[in-house]
Amino acid sequence: MSTDPHMSGLTGTVLHDVVVPARAPWLHHVKAGQTLRIVDLEGNQAVDFLLYSAADDAERYSAQDTVAAQGNLFLREGTKLLSNEGNALMTIAATSVDYHDTIGGACSCESNTLRYGHHTKSEHACVENFLEANLLEGRGKRDIVSNINFFMNVPVEPDGSLGIVDGISAPGLTVDLRAEMDVIVVVSNCPQVNNPCNGFNPTPVRMIVTA
Amino acid sequence: MTEALADPLSNPLAARDHARAQGGTVVESMPVLPPVADDLPAGVSPDDHVWEETIAAGGYATRRLTRGSRLRLIDVKGDAAASILIFNADMPTERLNVADTVKVQWNAYLGEGKLLLSDMGRVMMSIVSDDAGTHDTFCGTSNPATNLAKYGEGRNSGAFPSGRDRFLLGAAKHGLGRRDVHPCVTLFKGARIEADGTITPEVGPFAPGRTVILRAEMDVIVVIANVPHVLDPRADYTVTPLRASAWRGPVTGEDDPVRLATPEGLRAFENVEDYFRR
Repeated sequence: MSTDPHMSGLTGTVLHDVVVPARAPWLHHVKAGQTLRIVDLEGNQAVDFLLYSAADDAERYSAQDTVAAQGNLFLREGTKLLSNEGNALMTIAATSVDYHDTIGGACSCESNTLRYGHHTKSEHACVENFLEANLLEGRGKRDIVSNINFFMNVPVEPDGSLGIVDGISAPGLTVDLRAEMDVIVVVSNCPQVNNPCNGFNPTPVRMIVTA
Repeated sequence: MTEALADPLSNPLAARDHARAQGGTVVESMPVLPPVADDLPAGVSPDDHVWEETIAAGGYATRRLTRGSRLRLIDVKGDAAASILIFNADMPTERLNVADTVKVQWNAYLGEGKLLLSDMGRVMMSIVSDDAGTHDTFCGTSNPATNLAKYGEGRNSGAFPSGRDRFLLGAAKHGLGRRDVHPCVTLFKGARIEADGTITPEVGPFAPGRTVILRAEMDVIVVIANVPHVLDPRADYTVTPLRASAWRGPVTGEDDPVRLATPEGLRAFENVEDYFRR
């Protein structure tokens, strides 16, 4: 019996357990039936997240199909993460944060020049992480699509404004994802330092896979 | 039917005659070649008119447009839905990025003055005119699975083709494939977001003739699917023809009000101008 609070509620055997450093990418193959727990170790860390079918990586996470299927923008417990072909890749089996964002996308060197100014071009960004990890397996820029931002809160105001609000995460909060098919998980532990989404302070996250 | 077709197997030229007899037929949804229209905006020369096509209900179309071109879309009968993919024509790995489009402009509702941004920090197209106001950046389009569930059939070759399948065909005609069909925006059909995240589709039907004009800020390939909104609550596959006209126009100038409207947008124009400084 583990006394590790980050393991609370997890069953089965731990197959993989790593701490992803602040700003770093992470890629892992998760088999159908396995559960991936993401632990926000220090709180308010945005975990940018892409998913591909391991059998056919042209089938991948679709934010638009996912929100359309559930008629709601927020990803909550029970949300099926759908592919561009309408199949469930993973399900949010449990989450200690009410909901997660999937409309805000990932920061990139290029979009940072628009949001903050050209002085930010040389800063590290999530799309760099997505590319670095995906290139190892032959995927490239064509494979980057709208992603999930776990632990991020991006409400849409009545006039369409994207709300800028306090994060809703806290140290030690978790999200558990059950793989519904064999999937490839690609994560960018967001290096963003120009945005309150992670308190201007990127921090590590922990990835635990059980079965 | 011609007399020859009454006994087609005895006349080897009957098929040719029958085929040729169809030339010149005019139907509601078709391209007009060369492009002709009597309602181009004042000041637009017919010589600059490059595309005139009415896209069928359930149909799709694709076109390469040069920088400065205007693309006018008209919801002819009030129930069209223009789901759009955009690629940089010279480097199709650069494409519309819906997340950056809403995030960088701090707003997810499209309308006049809004920019459609690429994943390379550049503006691909800008909305220079819009009298519709109901557009959707959230829901994407239908796929074969959603149409199968809703209409009992979702195949591209069937009666209820999906937006994703339409996009795949349109993209394929530029040598692009499944990896290139990216998140889209849909014009003319809206999606309002409630405080708890609930999506309320706004599908009309609306007054006929609503019009959006887009300006190409780089050389682009557009792929347009005209299929029912994925959250259209109506049981029937409900969609009406969409008219597309395009004409050549001047590249956006330094004093353009859309270019200057916001600091983020101005930098998107500076980035695209830098790209063409070659």
